[in-house]
Amino acid sequence: MKRLLWIAVAVLGAFAVAGIALNRGETINAIWIITAAVCIYAIGYRFYAAWIMARVMSMDPTRATPAERLNNGRDFVPTNRWVVFGHHFAAIAGPGPLVGPTLAAQFGYLPGTLWILIGAVLGGCVQDMVILMLSTRRDGRSLGQMAREELGPVGGIAALVGTLMIMIILIAVLGLVVVNAMRHSPWATSTVFATIPIAILIGLYLRNWRPGRVLEASAIGISLLLFAVLAGGWVDHSETLRGYFDLDGPSLAGFVIGYGWVAAILPVWLLLAPRDYLSTFLKLGVVVLLAVAIVIMAPELKMPAVTQFIDGTGPVFSGKLFPFVFITIACGAISGFHSLISSGTTPKLIANEADIRMTGYGSMALESFVAIMAMIAATLLEPGVYFAINTGAGVVGSTPEQAVATITSWGFPVTVEQMQQLARDMGEATLFHRTGGAPSLAVGMASIFGSAFGQGLLSVWYHFAIMFEAVFILTTIDAGTRVGRFMLQDALSHVWKPMGRTSWYPSVLIASTLVVAGWGYFLYIGVIDPNGGVNILWPLFGIANQMLAAIALSVATGIIVKSGKAKYAWVTGLPLTWLAIVCTTAAFQKVFSSDPRLGFFAGARNLAERLAAGTLPPEQAAIAPQLIFNQQLDGWLTVLFTVLLWIVILDMLRVSIRSVRGLPVLRGCEAPYVPTRLNRITAAQESGA
Amino acid sequence: MILVERLRTAWQLLRCATGDDAYERYLEHHRRTHPDRPPLSRREFFIEEQRRKWSGVNRCC
Repeated sequence: MKRLLWIAVAVLGAFAVAGIALNRGETINAIWIITAAVCIYAIGYRFYAAWIMARVMSMDPTRATPAERLNNGRDFVPTNRWVVFGHHFAAIAGPGPLVGPTLAAQFGYLPGTLWILIGAVLGGCVQDMVILMLSTRRDGRSLGQMAREELGPVGGIAALVGTLMIMIILIAVLGLVVVNAMRHSPWATSTVFATIPIAILIGLYLRNWRPGRVLEASAIGISLLLFAVLAGGWVDHSETLRGYFDLDGPSLAGFVIGYGWVAAILPVWLLLAPRDYLSTFLKLGVVVLLAVAIVIMAPELKMPAVTQFIDGTGPVFSGKLFPFVFITIACGAISGFHSLISSGTTPKLIANEADIRMTGYGSMALESFVAIMAMIAATLLEPGVYFAINTGAGVVGSTPEQAVATITSWGFPVTVEQMQQLARDMGEATLFHRTGGAPSLAVGMASIFGSAFGQGLLSVWYHFAIMFEAVFILTTIDAGTRVGRFMLQDALSHVWKPMGRTSWYPSVLIASTLVVAGWGYFLYIGVIDPNGGVNILWPLFGIANQMLAAIALSVATGIIVKSGKAKYAWVTGLPLTWLAIVCTTAAFQKVFSSDPRLGFFAGARNLAERLAAGTLPPEQAAIAPQLIFNQQLDGWLTVLFTVLLWIVILDMLRVSIRSVRGLPVLRGCEAPYVPTRLNRITAAQESGA
Repeated sequence: MILVERLRTAWQLLRCATGDDAYERYLEHHRRTHPDRPPLSRREFFIEEQRRKWSGVNRCC
């Protein structure tokens, strides 16, 4: 009976995939994609993940996990598997899977969707699960520690530097997304600003008035956030108030930078922790709401399966389909950042090794599903509208008439009236050149919510979606700045001991300022860049994130080979090889391409020539030197990422070859076998269920 | 009756997932392992918990 059910799932999945791939009609219904996705995740989870855990990882339900052996009632606690799943999902799911697919939609819905599905099932989910398992076997060691203890100091340092760099780029690009969503939008800006006092209020509530009552505090906070969305609408309608919140890009960038700095040095209970509670509830609520709404609405996707921009001439970001679709969609298919959560925090909660498949593989499958929904939200828009929102003024021309003429000439008709009507519906002054992905995602989400739950509230839904993305992003900005601060303090302590004292104020101030200056620089340059900035920063982020994934997969492959299972090394080796090819090709093009829109150095040269020839308009000439320097810096960063990547891969190959030949290698740090004394019922009781 | 049981389990899971019952769990653990020492107050525990939770990587992209 069970077998019949799985055969049915397989047939349905194959049918849906064939339906998507062979569809040559005008449009396709999103239900096909949802069906294909759910079937593929189910089969990957049931068969591939179970096989990996049993054969490759030698999962042993009788083995005590660190949560049991080291139980201290705090971070090491055997926890109910649904609770661990929830925690892990909330930790890995950020704004990445929302933005990446929205940008990659310029290639059409098909390439991105296929990569999200295949990349997740064979790559991302496998990485998250395997790293979670390896870290659980090693008392919850972090990726950096595992790299050092299993491969050697070189791998360890590369992992550390890689993590710090990706953090800087990530925060900058997310800051850019949120700035572009708020630019000259009093409604969005006032709502996003209001989330800060709301978070502080909840922080005070949780600390002083009703300590630790998380649920009631969150309920109050969410109600206040929803109220802030409505109140933003009133601000927008008031002539005097709207002036205060009608800000340009650089001022908003200054605000985000200042916010990040303050959040990094304030005590966590005041801002960071309460904001995180709110953003987690909001995130889970929106994911569920979006899934329900898409199923109710069953939208037709208006974007073609594949657009002409696969040739590399795309306006949203430059570069050919290969390798750039695989760089643009990192989170949602495979995200190296997850390996930091899978090692460290989550393993300390795992009650039994049998729960790892659900937490590691399952959470990533769900995150990948979020990416699929973002892809649907982007591709159900009229393609002309999608391009009008997501293309910078530098690409299509700065007046609405120029922009619609250029976009229509690509074969995606759109009119100025259509865009004005849409902007009015959404309660915005304009939707032209709103790059970064957040506004177009919000328009898509508003249309989904609007047609599923009532058309009248489009502008409220739009700003709800913007608030949701902004809360999400600001949480990542302050949490990331803080993590960066800790890592930098740790690194600086090798230079001068006192810098390592994490709560010593001079050290806190210096490290926070350095981290904020790092991402603040990239954010500022991105904001003043007439091409939208995302065009440059997002690929850099994608390369950095995929590089971290490749480092994690290298560590995993090395450990699998050392454990005597070299014949199964392809399980992590295959996604590793693919990422190495993708990252290296993308980096090569970003460094050596002579196309000024694609290559960093070519872009810098082109701008320098135009500056010297005096052909730039005066306002662009004023910022050109900064943009030139930035492109060169980005080029060198790409070189650094690639070198780091290959150092780790070669180090892993060195260790693997020595291991296969029987030469001595590092012994590693796997904790010895101790039989579990928890049975599953007591494990559940322990966690209060 | 079964429905009430189910709802109660769901409520417990929700409290556990959100950390709403963290202090009660701590008290129980403390009673079991260090019955001789007085436990932290609710407020002290919560402040300490937040400091611990936020000293590592716990959010992602």
